Amino acid sequence: MLIKKSLIHLKQLEAESIYILREVAAEFCNPVMMYSVGKDSSVMLHLAQKAFAPAKVPFTFLHVDTLWKFAEMIEFRDKRAKELGFDLVVHSNPEGIAMNISPFEHGSKLHTDIMKTQALKQALNNGGYDAIIGGARRDEEKSRAKERIFSFRDKYHRWDPKKQRPELWNIFNTAIEKGESVRVFPISNWTELDVWQYIYLEGIPIPSLYFAKEREVVEYEGTKIMVDDERMPEQLRKTAKTEMVRFRTLGCYPLTGAINSTATTLPEIIREILLSTLSEREGRLIDKDSEGAMERKKIEGYF
Amino acid sequence: MSINNEKISLDIEAYLKEYENKDILRFLTCGSVDDGKSTLIGRLLYDSKMIFDDQLSTAQNESKKYGTTGEKLDMALLVDGLQSEREQGITIDVAYRFFATEKRKFIIADAPGHEQYTRNMVTGASTADVAIILIDARKGILTQTRRHSFIVNLLGIEHVIVAINKMDLVNFSKEVFDEIQASYETLADELGIKNRYYIPLSALEGDNVVNQSDNTPWYAGEPLLELLDAMDISKKETEEKFRFPVQYVNRPNLDFRGFCGTVASGSVKVGDEITVLPSGKTTKVKSIINAGDIKENHKQLTCNEVYAPMAVTITTEDEIDISRGDILVHTKKMPRVSNTLKVMLVWMNETPMQIAKTYDIKRAVSVISGVVEHINYKIDVNTYKREQVKELQLNDIASCKITLTRPIAADKYKENRRTGSFIIVDRVTNNTVGVGMIVDVAARENERKETQTRNYTDAEKALNYYIRENFPEWNCKLI
Repeated sequence: MLIKKSLIHLKQLEAESIYILREVAAEFCNPVMMYSVGKDSSVMLHLAQKAFAPAKVPFTFLHVDTLWKFAEMIEFRDKRAKELGFDLVVHSNPEGIAMNISPFEHGSKLHTDIMKTQALKQALNNGGYDAIIGGARRDEEKSRAKERIFSFRDKYHRWDPKKQRPELWNIFNTAIEKGESVRVFPISNWTELDVWQYIYLEGIPIPSLYFAKEREVVEYEGTKIMVDDERMPEQLRKTAKTEMVRFRTLGCYPLTGAINSTATTLPEIIREILLSTLSEREGRLIDKDSEGAMERKKIEGYF
Repeated sequence: MSINNEKISLDIEAYLKEYENKDILRFLTCGSVDDGKSTLIGRLLYDSKMIFDDQLSTAQNESKKYGTTGEKLDMALLVDGLQSEREQGITIDVAYRFFATEKRKFIIADAPGHEQYTRNMVTGASTADVAIILIDARKGILTQTRRHSFIVNLLGIEHVIVAINKMDLVNFSKEVFDEIQASYETLADELGIKNRYYIPLSALEGDNVVNQSDNTPWYAGEPLLELLDAMDISKKETEEKFRFPVQYVNRPNLDFRGFCGTVASGSVKVGDEITVLPSGKTTKVKSIINAGDIKENHKQLTCNEVYAPMAVTITTEDEIDISRGDILVHTKKMPRVSNTLKVMLVWMNETPMQIAKTYDIKRAVSVISGVVEHINYKIDVNTYKREQVKELQLNDIASCKITLTRPIAADKYKENRRTGSFIIVDRVTNNTVGVGMIVDVAARENERKETQTRNYTDAEKALNYYIRENFPEWNCKLI
């Protein structure tokens, strides 16, 4: 009986997340997991499989496709869905498509509002989901650090930071009325480094965009944007240079800056993060359109 | 710096191997308004290089607009995350922040100091292993210090670090420090706080936060970060009793019926005799799947023994009825099963608590309705005096008696945080309106055997049933 009974931090975080996922499955009628194809989504998918094995994951996966994602992300998404056999719903805002919304032309703010926030709300209304599981982490941004793990949303999907339900121990209040919902963040307490170490430890597949490679990039609004398709304005595309780059975070390709890097393996990526002086979201243009940008977006329904 | 750059640069794989085995320490910072809690956290993150350059430049811009430190960077702006917090320069809601050393991952609950946000402070305290109570060296122990110390102790935090801050403003005076330490010792004795530590510091200037300060040559202890890094928070797990709240029944096919959950305390092995509570049925553990061991697309592995806080799936030898909310325990170490509990409540809602109103009570993963029958007394958290009251207002803390509509297997909070705590949900608004900690469990159902020394008639049993259902406050024993 004298075995050392303690779990290393990654295993503690894993157990905590699995507990949260099982709680969602047990308490809600129609939960959905946001699958945005990035590293956090990959970790959540992995955790969900562990939580319910040997059964299949008992909820649907939802991808809000802004139609400006990196082509490789879409490929990776479809491949994973097929391999693992999970139910995947993909939604894009039809109004945005009709308006031909482009981040280059309409700017990041409008694009994000129409193709992400509004699209998300449409998808959630269409699906009638009562619990929406997301991969947001508290270390990403200051207003995220304030958010509960089970975060209540009214029927308009709004977050009221001053009226959050107290959340103690690991007891989660899941009571809601019809039309209301709860956003659930199972990896709230993970950091970027935890996510990477866990991916390394567990051998979780991720898109190769995270690994350094020679790619065509242009300078756009102070960041390096990868030339991912023909829709990039001709003028901009002409300035493209080949550089050794990778991505720390994945989103819409015109809004996600690449970083110069030589990290081609997971340990190298981890080394780079450990030694970096810049935050993960430094390459995200949408966080910077104004002070308190994330908080305001979240109040309006953004993830 | 807390992370070894050289080792990382030279051999990352060796580094990862070496530092994979971190543990987690969760701590809470509390204290009076303007004692510098946010500044301390900002400093801790900044000095341990956890603030990135882009975040720093944002905070520098905001310092010009909202800063309270003149030309200097306002560290508090690195952590106060909500717009209204930055505008008012106060912390409203608890925020969780992280940093790591080579030994540990730290989760900080950054709790507000204002009395009106006491409930948010309780929230932060509920998951903490250690509390840092800040005291302004110029002011000494304040009402808020007493309140927070009380809550920290109520929530079962065994380690309290008293950080005597703003030492720079009292010329790093040893006398000031000693005086505050002596008066806090009296307070801590009164409350029964187990382990206490004292550090003189200046969060603003960084003295004794991450680095030892030259300004306090008389202080022989470690700086805050070193103390946190070395603190022993391990519990005597082997002595703990096995508790397993069943969270989810996993039934993918006819051949498999597993009970998913997180081991709340203790450990369990294949073959152990277990009892399902509250029903009291007994079976044996047939197999255990540790979710942490499952690799992608791999066959599930079974293991022989699991312990807290692992997330696992247990199968049993007998096909007995087990559902969500039941608790599996070792048959030899059973908790009391009762529907009458003596508890400490913290009321968390603007709408006062009403006696005899039916609320939903969620304990671990089960929801059972119940009523607060009686308020024994309310505690004035500033003076620790007991008062008689008829209702509880926002932030009130009181000893109460609760009766549930069904019995539950319950532990005392001080023996088991997981099975001894609960939240109270208003059935109309769905809000979490209060939280509670079990102080005592009325002996009832499990004393059945003792009372069964004679045979009761059906009429006696019916009368007994009637009294127990309608007058639970009489604490009538089950016959």
